[in-house]
Amino acid sequence: MLSVVIRRLIVAVPLMGVISFIVFMLSSLAGGSVGQAILGPTASAESVAALNAKLGADRPVLVQYVDWLRHAITGDLGLSVVSGVPVADTIASRIPVTMSLAVGALLLVIILGVTSGAIAAIRGGITGRLAEVLAVLGRGLPSFWLALIAVLVFGVNLAWLPVSGYVPFADSPSGWIQSLILPVVVLGVSEIALVAVVTRAEMLSAMRSDYVRSLRANGYPWKRIVFKHVAKNAAGPVLTMVSLVFVSLIGGTILMEQIFGMPGLGTLMVSATTKHDLQVIQGLAVFYTAMVVVVFLLTDIASGYLNAKARAR
Amino acid sequence: MSAVIEGAAIQEQSRRAAERGAGFLPRLVRQPIAVACSLVLLVIVLACVFAEWVSPYGPLDQDLQNTAAGPSASHLLGTDQLGRDILSRMLHGGQVTLLGIVQAVVVCAVIGLFLGLTAGTLGGWVETVAMRLCDLLLAVPGLVMLLVILGIYGNNEAAAMITLGVIMAPTLARVVYSATIAVREELYVASARVAGLTSFQIMRRHILSGVTGPALTQISIVAAVACIAEAGIGYLGLGVAPPAPSWGNLVTDAQNLMPISAWMLVPTGGIIAVVTLSLTLLGNGIRDAYMGRSSGSSKAFSWRALAVKVSQAASPAGGGAAPLGQESILSVKGMTVRLPRGSSEVTIVDDVNFHVAPGEAVAIVGESGCGKSMTISGVLRVLPMGAHVAAASISFKGAELTSLSEREMNAYRGTGIGFISQEPISSLNPAFTVGHQLEEAVRLHRGVGKGKARQIARELMARVRLPEPDAVAKKYPHELSGGMAQRIAIARALAGEPDLLIADEPTTALDVSVQCEILDLLRDLREQTGMALILVTHDWGVVAEACDRALVMYAGQVVESADVRSIIAHPAHPYTRALLQSSSVGIAPRQLLPVIAGTVPVPGSWPHGCRFASRCVLAEDACRTGPIPMVTLDEGSAARCIRTDVDELVRT
Repeated sequence: MLSVVIRRLIVAVPLMGVISFIVFMLSSLAGGSVGQAILGPTASAESVAALNAKLGADRPVLVQYVDWLRHAITGDLGLSVVSGVPVADTIASRIPVTMSLAVGALLLVIILGVTSGAIAAIRGGITGRLAEVLAVLGRGLPSFWLALIAVLVFGVNLAWLPVSGYVPFADSPSGWIQSLILPVVVLGVSEIALVAVVTRAEMLSAMRSDYVRSLRANGYPWKRIVFKHVAKNAAGPVLTMVSLVFVSLIGGTILMEQIFGMPGLGTLMVSATTKHDLQVIQGLAVFYTAMVVVVFLLTDIASGYLNAKARAR
Repeated sequence: MSAVIEGAAIQEQSRRAAERGAGFLPRLVRQPIAVACSLVLLVIVLACVFAEWVSPYGPLDQDLQNTAAGPSASHLLGTDQLGRDILSRMLHGGQVTLLGIVQAVVVCAVIGLFLGLTAGTLGGWVETVAMRLCDLLLAVPGLVMLLVILGIYGNNEAAAMITLGVIMAPTLARVVYSATIAVREELYVASARVAGLTSFQIMRRHILSGVTGPALTQISIVAAVACIAEAGIGYLGLGVAPPAPSWGNLVTDAQNLMPISAWMLVPTGGIIAVVTLSLTLLGNGIRDAYMGRSSGSSKAFSWRALAVKVSQAASPAGGGAAPLGQESILSVKGMTVRLPRGSSEVTIVDDVNFHVAPGEAVAIVGESGCGKSMTISGVLRVLPMGAHVAAASISFKGAELTSLSEREMNAYRGTGIGFISQEPISSLNPAFTVGHQLEEAVRLHRGVGKGKARQIARELMARVRLPEPDAVAKKYPHELSGGMAQRIAIARALAGEPDLLIADEPTTALDVSVQCEILDLLRDLREQTGMALILVTHDWGVVAEACDRALVMYAGQVVESADVRSIIAHPAHPYTRALLQSSSVGIAPRQLLPVIAGTVPVPGSWPHGCRFASRCVLAEDACRTGPIPMVTLDEGSAARCIRTDVDELVRT
C-alpha cells in the first residue's frame, strides 16, 4: 500500500513542477511585463522599467521561476499584481466556498448516481434506459444555461431559494445550506447520470462474469452475491469515475460561482484572468493541480484497497 | 479435434472482421437517431458557414422599434436589448463556436491518433513513453488550464481551443491504443502475420478498420465538450469581445435581459444544447454501429434477467432417460434451452434426456458449440441473461427442480449439486483472497462459525492436496497457478458436501501434467465420498480416464449415449466415430489425426433432418427428410442414427 502512495508521489511532485513551469514560461512568452500590468498601458517606459527592476521582473525568466519555486515550497505564492495582497492568503480565504460547492455536489452525485445505477443493474426495466438518456442530456446541456433556468424558476418565479451570494457556515448554518442548494444541485445534476451509467455497466459486467456464475451455481443467496461479490468488483471502476467527476466538478465550480455570485476560487480565477494578474493565475494553477493530484492519490489508495490486482501493479 | 476447432475459429474471426469493416457505414445509416443527428448538424453548420447570405439581418443591425421582443414574423427568434435579430446573431456567432470546435478536434485527433497508433502498433519503449505522457496530461484540470491560457494570452480563443485539443488528446490516445491492442491480439492479425503480410500492411488493413469506430465515437465526444467549453468561455466574457456575437456571449446577453424577458434564454442556450446533444447521440450511434448491435438491444439486461424462465414442457418421446426401476440421482427429461437473440429466441439445447445414477460418472462430449455446457447450465439454471428452460422433468433426488423458484433452487445448488467451471482462475472472485472465499462457502453451506469454518476450509484444502494451505489461503486468485486455482474451486464445490459434482471442462485450461493430477484428484474424491459426477469435455482421454458412461452431443441434441468402454470400442453414431478418430485415443503414435470436414451448424440454422448429415460419409436422402429419433441399440445404449446397420460394415 505504501509503495503505491510513494509511486504516485514520485509522479505527482514533478507534475506540479512541470505545470508551474509551463505556466511561468507561457506567461513570459505572452509579452508585457508585470510592471506594465500594474501601471496600465498609459504608463511611461521608464516608470515601467523602474517598477520591474524593483519587483525583480527584469531578471531572466528561469531565475524568476527558481525564485518563485523556492518561495512556493514554503507556501509563499507571491503578491497579487493587482491588489498587492499575498496570493496564498487570498486562495486560503476562498477555499471553503469552492470546497462546499464541489464536495456537496460530489456527495449528491455519489448518493444518487450509485443508488440509481445499482437499481438499474438489479431490477432492469426503465431505470437503466432513463439513466442513459439522462446521461446524454447531462453531458449535452450547458451547465451555465441550466443554472440560469434554475435561477429563473426557483429563485425568481417561485422565490424558494436565494439566487446569489454565499453565507459562511459559521455565520448561519441554515443560510449556508440555502445558499448552496441551487449551485450544488445544478453543478451535480449533469454528472449523476454518468456515475449511474458506469455503476450499472460495471455491475452488469460483474454479474455476467464467470465467478458470479460459479457463485450462483453453488447456491449463494442473491443479496450476498450482489452486495458483496459484485459490489466490491464494481467499486473500483466506479471510484475512478467518481474521481474524474470530482475533477470536472472542480472545473464546474468556476461557472457556478460566477453565476451565483459566490466568492470562491473560481471567481478569483475569472477576475485574475480578465485583469491579467499573472501571480494569482500562477498560484491558482498550482493549487488546482495539487487538488487534482490529491484526489487521484486518494483514489489510488482506495482502489488498491478494493482490488488486489491494482495493488500489485 | 482441436485442429477442427481452431481452423473454424480463424475462419469465423476473419469473416467477422471483414463484416465489421464492410458493414459499418450501412449499419450507421440504418440508425434513425444517428441519421437525424447528422442532418441536424449539417443544417446548422451550413447555415452558420453561409450566415452572410442566409441570415435575415446583419449581426449588428438594430431594430430600435422592436427591442427585447419575442418571436415575430420579422424576427423569427425575437430581438435582444438593442433590437438586434437573435437568429442572425446566432448564425454569425456560430462561426466562432464551430471554428473553435474544429480547432480543438483537429489538434486532438492528430495528437491522439498519432500517440495511440504508434504506441499500440510499435509497442516497446514507445508504448511506455506515450502512455506515461498520457497519464501526465490526464492529471491536468481542463477548464483551469483554459483560463490560464486565456489569462496569459488575453481573449485569444484559438489558443484556448488548441489547448483544449491537447488536454483531451490523451483520452483519445487511450481509446485508439486499446482498440489497436485489441485488434493486434485478435486471431486474424495473427493469421495475417502467418500469411506473410508486412506489419505496415497489417496496420493499414486490419488495425485502421478496427480503430475507426472507437476513434470516431471519442472524437464526437471531444467535439461536444469543445462546444460546451467554447460557449462557457464566451459566457464568462473571455472569448470574442462584444458586440461581435458568439453562442456563449449570447447567453450572457440573455442573462442580462432576464429581468425584462426570459425568452432569449431559449434559443441561445437551445442551440448549444442541440449541437452538443446531436454530437453525443451521433457518437452513441457510431458506437452501436461498430459494436454491431442495433440501438437498445442490450438494455433489458439486469440481475433480474439472470433468473431463468422455467416452464413445464410436455412429456418427451422417451429414449435416453433412466429405464424404469433404475434408481437415478439426477434425471432430465425433454429439456430445451433457449437464449434471446435480438427480439426472438434461439434454441441452444434441444429436447435433451439423460440420467445419472448415484455415484456414477457421466461424460458429456462434443465439439464446441454443441450445447454441452448449456445443458448442465440449464439443469443448474445459471444461464446468460434472458434464457428460457423448458423441460418435462428435471428431478434431483426425487425433487422436481422445474417447479422450484430461483430462491428454492438454492437449497439444492451447492449442497446437493456442486459446480466447478472451465476457467479456474476467473471462476474465483478476483477481489477476495481464496481463503476467504473458501471459508465463506463453508459458513454458508454448513452454518458454522468463523473459527470452525477456518478449520474445515483447511481440511478441504488438504483433501484437494494443496501444499502450504496457510500461505495459499492468503493469496488472491490471480496469484495462483491454474491447477492450484482449480483445486480451490473443487474445494469450494465440496464445501457443501454435494451428492453430485458437475464439472464444466475442468481440465481444458490446464497443462497436460496438471490435467492428470486434477483427474486423479476427482477420481479419488469420488471414491472417498461416493458422489456422482457429470464431466463436460471434448477430450476422449479424459472420458476414458474418469467416466463410466458418455453422452455425445451434436448441434444441441444427444446423438449417442452408451458405456464408455463400449462407445470407445464400438461407436454407433458416425459423429462419435469421427470424433474418436480425430482424437488420439486408440490411434498409434505419430499417425496423422484425421479431421472432420465442415463445422457444427450454428444454433438457429439446424437442418430439419439429421444435423450431422452434411458432414457424414454415410448420409443418404432418408437422413435429410425428417428428424431422426434416438434408436435403442443394446442395453443402455442408444444412437440418433438410422444407418447404424451400415456402421458395422464401414467400421472395419
